[in-house]
Amino acid sequence: MQSQKNINFSRRNFLRTSLLASGGILIGINFAAACKIDAKMPIDTNNLNFNDFNAYIKISDEGFVTIFSPNPEIGQGVKTSMPMIIAEELDVDWTRVTVVQAGLNTKSFKGQIAGGSQSIRSNWNILRQSGATAKQMLINAAAQKWHVDPTTCSASKGIITNSNGKTFHYGEVVKLAATLPIPENVKLKEIKNYSIIGQEVINVDMDKIITGKPLFGLDFKTEGMVYASVVRPPAFGQVLESYDASEAKSINGVLEVFTIGEKARNFLSKGYVSWTAVLSESDKIVVVATSTWAAIKAKKAIKAVWKQATELESSAFHDQQLTSLLDGDKQKVLREDGNIDDAFKQADTIIERTYHSPFLPHNCMEPMNFYANVTSDKIELVGPTQTPEEVAKGVSVLLNRKLEEISVDMTRMGGGFGRRLYSDFALEAAEISAKISKPIKMVSTREDDMTTGVYKPSVKYRIKAAIKDGKITGYSLKEAAMNGNMYGAIPNFFPAGCIPNYKVAVATHKSNVTTGAWRAPYTNFLAFAEQAFFDELASEMKMDPIQLRLDLLQNVKNTTDKRIQYSGQRMEDTIKLVKEKSNWGKASKGIYQGFAAYYSHNTHVAEVADIELKDGFPIIKKVTVAVDCGIVINVSGAKNQVEGGVIDGIGHAMFSDFSFNNGKPDFKNFDSYRLIRMQETPKVEVHFVQNEIAPTGLGEPGLPPAGGAVANAINAALGKRMYHLPFVKELKKSSVVG
Amino acid sequence: MPNYTLSINGKTQTVTADADTPLLWILRDELNLVGTKFGCGIAQCGACTVHVDGFATRSCQVQVSMLDDVKITTIEGLSEDGKHPVQEAWKEIDVPQCGYCQAGQIMTAAAFLADNPTPTADEIREAMHGNICRCASYNRIEKAVKVAAKKMF
Repeated sequence: MQSQKNINFSRRNFLRTSLLASGGILIGINFAAACKIDAKMPIDTNNLNFNDFNAYIKISDEGFVTIFSPNPEIGQGVKTSMPMIIAEELDVDWTRVTVVQAGLNTKSFKGQIAGGSQSIRSNWNILRQSGATAKQMLINAAAQKWHVDPTTCSASKGIITNSNGKTFHYGEVVKLAATLPIPENVKLKEIKNYSIIGQEVINVDMDKIITGKPLFGLDFKTEGMVYASVVRPPAFGQVLESYDASEAKSINGVLEVFTIGEKARNFLSKGYVSWTAVLSESDKIVVVATSTWAAIKAKKAIKAVWKQATELESSAFHDQQLTSLLDGDKQKVLREDGNIDDAFKQADTIIERTYHSPFLPHNCMEPMNFYANVTSDKIELVGPTQTPEEVAKGVSVLLNRKLEEISVDMTRMGGGFGRRLYSDFALEAAEISAKISKPIKMVSTREDDMTTGVYKPSVKYRIKAAIKDGKITGYSLKEAAMNGNMYGAIPNFFPAGCIPNYKVAVATHKSNVTTGAWRAPYTNFLAFAEQAFFDELASEMKMDPIQLRLDLLQNVKNTTDKRIQYSGQRMEDTIKLVKEKSNWGKASKGIYQGFAAYYSHNTHVAEVADIELKDGFPIIKKVTVAVDCGIVINVSGAKNQVEGGVIDGIGHAMFSDFSFNNGKPDFKNFDSYRLIRMQETPKVEVHFVQNEIAPTGLGEPGLPPAGGAVANAINAALGKRMYHLPFVKELKKSSVVG
Repeated sequence: MPNYTLSINGKTQTVTADADTPLLWILRDELNLVGTKFGCGIAQCGACTVHVDGFATRSCQVQVSMLDDVKITTIEGLSEDGKHPVQEAWKEIDVPQCGYCQAGQIMTAAAFLADNPTPTADEIREAMHGNICRCASYNRIEKAVKVAAKKMF
């Protein structure tokens, strides 16, 4: 076979190469660091095989580089930053690099998941080695052509030079390189020699975004495709009893109206347990039409009768349940150090506070949608998902079809924030297409997203501290959450290891409201509670709040406790940087400052919020941020992530409210649900701690401390502590504002 | 269904649609101009902003039957080559994160600057207040509008 002859095998390596039929070399990369023995390299880029490889680099005969980027893009910039790492080690001019989203016509997506800010962290080494190995391969080819030792050659910016000053550009040696053995144990660049990493590189999709080219799931269309809109139960706890679609069917463009749900129930009863499969047991009414507008209009014209199946929960009920969990003794202890009971018995002062945050929808700007074309021999799925592999597996079980028949194409996503980790909308699309044997696009409205979605769970924290002889001697944190709060990692974050007597315990109430990961899951609101509490402790102890944190961190610096996840030293450096950059304690008259620091997703962040009062209401003017995320790949993208995370955190802490009444959400669209807007937005100034440590996540860690910093600044200005989100409601209640 | 003749990005287009169909869905579903985005459907988010006779307009609220004798411009027609000063500024400042709302932001900014080429910071913040960016790239939007104003003046 012609294709086999051009392929290089190296069992021990994570790279394979092939000569492309159209010219140039293709390099396949496996992130698991070992390719399967029978992994086949394609010889044209229309048939990239993502079963065996996670990413590909193509170098053309002209020396142009195309990187098929492996991770879904939800706005966190990995589509730009991951190729930057490869290009750095490959040593090419960034202007000669094109980045293409991988995933077209693929059948498997191992390791492709955008969530938890882990994309860069988990792939950093392999991406560097891939670029460096490819570069060495090209150098070896050039050396062979020149009949010289490869160690006498070097490469930079896509040009290989030998000791006689002769040069080849990469394209001139790709043909030979594709036939050579893959070098192992190549040397990586020294960080001081980086020329792409650490620069400000513009988003690779920029031109398409600013000219309105089709990029997103909602923009994807095929010939013959029709549109589907779904009527789901208006309240959690309800199921469909009956419906009348006669008026809906009379609307121009409406093709059919029917129900789905049987397959979903069957799917749930099969016990296919996947954390991404969030499906209602109820039948759902589907409108299929020739246009989105006809589908949406017809959906509103349907008269449905719903009946109660399980509890119709209201926010007051949620509140009661969470409070009784905090008061009760059914918590699961996640960590206990020393003797917490003794610490409280012997304390001079005990402070106990309870904090609350509501359920929150994700509100991605691009509403949930998915394309499905289910035919007798294959299933094509296209759309915005953070978990393509789970979508393929789920549809395979749902429709009882072989995984090999299913392809999932990922589009760019209009925001994720955790919502697109769940595959309910893709499963619905597949069930609809299977039912009518047509290619369909399922389109949700904003109301669908906000009222029938997945939510950040409603959570309460009760934090209690013992103070003796001017020191914090005991610390107890209790969490009560609706359906749990993905709490695995909490017990080993700050202040674990800083306080001798320490206890973290959690309890969960099972609610029928569907909940899940929401940007910075399990810390998004914990950080506010904890950092507001420490600010109150500092006031009580008559200490500077920053000094209190720095003093505590000394206790964890030389810890031998391997469970501790954060670094005392890195947190201290981060806090000191924000202290300096924010002019902490030296703010001008009328500016009130609040401080918070938090470690999450492997990144240390400290923030100082500056607020002013206008007619007695706090206006957030500026937030100074210090971040230790290790080496910063793309400075522009990194700052953008942090700026966005901070403002997002402030927006949800200040303004965003959500509640249920008899299972029905009280908020349906942006006329009542408040997201932060331009005039409420502070200036965010981002400073990075400079070090040479491997990079960590950035999509999430900016968010958690923001609410705490603002709450503490509000207290500095008004002497009023915030215990409930959103703060505007709290401020109104206490008549601070009218 | 009746026919409507629309002037979009300098071209005359005829579409067949119900009278109450919002311009947004005519653009997206009938004319394949998908740069104009669906965000909320109730004129609260600004993702669907286009220009109608130069005015920034929420296309989800304008019915196709109301568009006789007006000139509609969408993000695809803002410039021939993506080089409108606002687009250039967006690129220079590297504004987008997910990018979904940015067409609407750019259209709002372009109409605003055409009307007020030398805005103050407060005027910019007021003009852009109606457009939601869920990724909260607001600092950069503000900066890019300032840069665009300089380019236009």
